Amino acid sequence: MADRPLKVLIAKPGLDGHDRGAKVLARGLRDEGFEVVYTGLRQTPEMVATAALQEDVDVVGLSILSGAHLTLVPRITKLLRENGLDDVLVTVGGIIPDVDVPALTEAGVAAVFGPGTTIAQVAEFLRANARARE
Amino acid sequence: MAEPTEAASTRPDPAGRGPAAHAAAEPAARAEALADAALAGDRRALARLLTAVENRTPVAEAALRRLYPTAGRAHLVGITGPPGAGKSTLVAALIEKVRAAGRTVAVIAVDPSSPITGGALLGDRVRMQAYAGDRDVFIRSMASRGHAGGLASTTTTAAAIMDAAGFDLILIETIGTGQSEVEVAAAADTTVVLEAPESGDEVQAIKAGLLEVADLVVVNKGDRPGAQRTAAQLRAMLTGSAPKADPPTAGDAGQVPGPPPRPRPTRPEVLITTASTGEGVAELLAALDRHRAAARDSLGAEARLVRAEAQVWAILGDRLRSSLRDGARRMATDEVLAAVADHRLDPYAAADRLLATLGASIGQAGATPTER
Repeated sequence: MADRPLKVLIAKPGLDGHDRGAKVLARGLRDEGFEVVYTGLRQTPEMVATAALQEDVDVVGLSILSGAHLTLVPRITKLLRENGLDDVLVTVGGIIPDVDVPALTEAGVAAVFGPGTTIAQVAEFLRANARARE
Repeated sequence: MAEPTEAASTRPDPAGRGPAAHAAAEPAARAEALADAALAGDRRALARLLTAVENRTPVAEAALRRLYPTAGRAHLVGITGPPGAGKSTLVAALIEKVRAAGRTVAVIAVDPSSPITGGALLGDRVRMQAYAGDRDVFIRSMASRGHAGGLASTTTTAAAIMDAAGFDLILIETIGTGQSEVEVAAAADTTVVLEAPESGDEVQAIKAGLLEVADLVVVNKGDRPGAQRTAAQLRAMLTGSAPKADPPTAGDAGQVPGPPPRPRPTRPEVLITTASTGEGVAELLAALDRHRAAARDSLGAEARLVRAEAQVWAILGDRLRSSLRDGARRMATDEVLAAVADHRLDPYAAADRLLATLGASIGQAGATPTER
């Protein structure tokens, strides 16, 4: 099957309880033809990495509104690397100050999607940058 | 910040994962490496194999060839029932009890794919995320990818791979089912049908379909009013008479191979659980074990034969379809299909004609199940 759907993990690491945005994105990507694994709120970095590994996803999308992104994201990307998942595309959405973007990029994040990003923009970016496995 | 901020550099491409390396790698060699790693307990290799299975790649076929002889030891348990009955919550509760008993467990959770876009929202993990640190729990979501019947077409193969990887128990959670998605019964050794309290009167319980294939019936949400009554009604209706086994239809001439008949379960036990609190889940696990022990007799052998048949028929159908759409045959096939669409040819005659075009290659393959 040449045209198999991309598989995306949408996770909300950390303690904030606002998952509306993550759910809207998950639903929107479903409508764009992605297979979306949604793991819900309050995920530890270990939960995110384990889910990414077991599900063999092409993309990990993290939604963070709590301000803890500089702590959480590098821990997650480190765990992904340790698990041999360095070919997984990592993106972050939520409230991320511009000044923090370079640090996230440094940690291995491919894109940061802030407020106002459309689902279509996210979908387009994922299609262009994630490599579907055989 | 309306535009995505792209990383300055393109992502690193770890050695051996570039497109060229992919094309060069022999599927057989890659399959062997992944299969050996999965057998040795490498969870990432297992995950990659499951992806290959889902995508029906040559790697998956070669890996299955290697792994299938090792499979057949796990207890495959199907969990089915209507949406919202609590299947995922019950699976999570079962994982806890199984791990407490020192056994390993893998889960396949199937959710539906969109018939419009092909996309899917796989949300069953939400309730099963507590086991991230435990390498003896492996959870995999699967989109149904257009397959009707409650599973994906590749679910049984995925379960066989997990089985070979050494898990003691494999829980197969179907999509939320209606009344007739009974496919899981052929995929599992033990089929658990979940009902919610107040889910219908006694007439619902005597309709044909899902409840007929249940080895165990579980009324979940046992803390809700009506649970006891629902269980009592189900017990009364289900234990009255177990339907008789159908005569086998495998190989009947001219029959479209539909879902094979399921060997009749004996009267299903009816249990009550409250998955959210764990109430009744230990009893359910004990009932699963009892059923497994009982199924080691002829009924179990019959069930395994049914599963083998279902798998092989499905693959045979896929192979037939793809060879009829292959290269030189494609145009002739399209013509026959167009003739049916225009009512110039009836569908049965069309199928015969297509089979005839394959006749030569089937003959070459030697003895086939359809040979007569």
